Amino acid sequence: MSEVKVERWLDDYREMLLIRRFEEESARAYAQGKIGGFLHLYIGQESIAVAAATTIEKGDLVFQTYRDHGTALALGMTPEAAMAELFGKDTGCSRGLGGSMHYFDVENGFYGGWGIVGGHLALAAGAAFRSKYLGEDQVTLCFFGEGATNIGGFHEAMSLAGLWKLPAVFICENNQYAMGTPLSRTSPLSDLSVKAAGYGMVGDRFEGYDVDVVREHLKKAIDRARSGEGPSFLEIETYRFRGHSMSDPGKYRTAEELEERKKKDPILLILGKLRDAGVDEAKIEAIEDEVEERIEAALKHADEAPFPEESLLYETVTVEKF
Amino acid sequence: MREITYREALREALFEEMRRDDRVFLMGEEVGHYDGAYKVSQGLLAEFGERRVIDTPIAEAGFAGIGIGAAMTGLRPIVEFMSWNFSFVAFDQIISNASKTYSMSGGKIKVPIVFRGPNGAAAQVAAQHSHTVEAFYAHIPGLWVANPSTPRDAKGLLKAAIRMDDPVVFLEGETLYNLKGEVPDASEDEIIPFGKARIAREGKDCTLIAWGAPFHTALAVADRLAKEAGIECDVIDPRTLRPIDETAILESVAKTNRCVIVHETWPYGGPGAEMVDLIQREAFDYLDAPVLRVGSLDVPMPYAKNLESLVLPTPERIETAIRRVTYREER
Repeated sequence: MSEVKVERWLDDYREMLLIRRFEEESARAYAQGKIGGFLHLYIGQESIAVAAATTIEKGDLVFQTYRDHGTALALGMTPEAAMAELFGKDTGCSRGLGGSMHYFDVENGFYGGWGIVGGHLALAAGAAFRSKYLGEDQVTLCFFGEGATNIGGFHEAMSLAGLWKLPAVFICENNQYAMGTPLSRTSPLSDLSVKAAGYGMVGDRFEGYDVDVVREHLKKAIDRARSGEGPSFLEIETYRFRGHSMSDPGKYRTAEELEERKKKDPILLILGKLRDAGVDEAKIEAIEDEVEERIEAALKHADEAPFPEESLLYETVTVEKF
Repeated sequence: MREITYREALREALFEEMRRDDRVFLMGEEVGHYDGAYKVSQGLLAEFGERRVIDTPIAEAGFAGIGIGAAMTGLRPIVEFMSWNFSFVAFDQIISNASKTYSMSGGKIKVPIVFRGPNGAAAQVAAQHSHTVEAFYAHIPGLWVANPSTPRDAKGLLKAAIRMDDPVVFLEGETLYNLKGEVPDASEDEIIPFGKARIAREGKDCTLIAWGAPFHTALAVADRLAKEAGIECDVIDPRTLRPIDETAILESVAKTNRCVIVHETWPYGGPGAEMVDLIQREAFDYLDAPVLRVGSLDVPMPYAKNLESLVLPTPERIETAIRRVTYREER
């Protein structure tokens, strides 16, 4: 096993564990009443965000749904800014105005954090349009769930992106349930990637539990987009271990199904790779300690940070003032 | 001053702003090779090419969203709706995305975009194609709404809109495209700011507020009543409905003590109601009569010609309202 590859896996493990622990602690803070509104956790899907963040290049842009914590963290948002946003604090990534569903971090290429299913696909196409318009070579990644593939916004964005060969990758994180409704009851297709053909795109379909596999497939699509060959549509099989949001006990699936799926936990998979490669347990534990410290610091920061001032309300409605 | 049409004035604004800034582009149905469904964009493709004058498929939600995404990342799009009636399928893009992003991102992401196109009833195009949409969009914080009534305002406001760093809803009067009026030469680069009303006619007896196509109906009634009945109206064109020039309205009402508001949109929950609220709140002691509104009748637009003209704000209904508030009803 090459040194480089092991180092990569150690970083992957660190990032995935950071997301997992961040989500677990946000669930706890939610239960304590420190976080309001909706909270959609990314637990079980970490390998996809980490694969994307480690495959794109500086300057590339990423759009995500309201299940956005994992992607933002993987791209480099600090856990402090992320947790403070959940706590509705001024030091949050959106200064407490967005909350869980509306993370933004332009410096790291993260363009939201969007709450209307299917509504952000056209925005991502617009970001890709901009790169093409300016003759620049950034690629835009757009994530959404399989639940978004039935709404009109999906169709129009995919249609225009295909028509104009925009440098984008549309990534369906198929976590099997649109809120509480399984794919079998929302789509006539079991293989969603065939939709790609309808938009003149390359389609691809694969399991998303192994970060290396995700990286490999993503890279091909990103390379195609960057070299001017147009957008792709990827369907990634994944699974969320928690409910749709905090108010969802997940009664629409069996305990057996969940246990079966947990055997493919992306974090167990990466740990297995590290152990198979003979990585020292002390090294793994050091990463775990480091993650715990970062999460603890984030919680402390979010607790202590100030709430936004009332003046922020009026400053951020429009840029121009009347 | 030279005279050009409302359509030509808009076209000049597009040419001048696209020449000034390469980040500005026009996108919409039939804007390029067809030269514009209403010919506003005539000649743009020939000068700027397909990179900047972009024909789209019939997919308003898609191309409105692409415009917003492009604006979020640094371009300055102008998105044309062939008619504002078709903006309803892109409503979510304008409301949930364009108007919210600057706030939701904590002031980190700007959305400098102009949505423009014809607004209001034309002739006998029936219920689905006759909407006047300002009430829907002026309701939303985060948007600016312009509704020019003259060629000069059309040009000056569109140039202002394109230079603003926020989303703008720009409502052109569908029946005004051939209207001629004075417009300064391009060399003057006139920019008309949002939120500044135009006093179209001065008078001491009644404040008459109107915009868009019915502005011209209202102005004609005011001129006629001055001659026929000696009733002198102060005629105010607000030019933008978000924001509204509150000062101009209040100063006029303080002078005339009476007010009639004329608009093509339905009165229920419309901008006229907003102005009535402003006046009763801030000028209560100046009022000598209730403030009246003349809007379209509270029904979907009919096709039949006789019924359609009844639904729109007619000169007769405007005159009746002015006479009522000035207590000069004909006997």
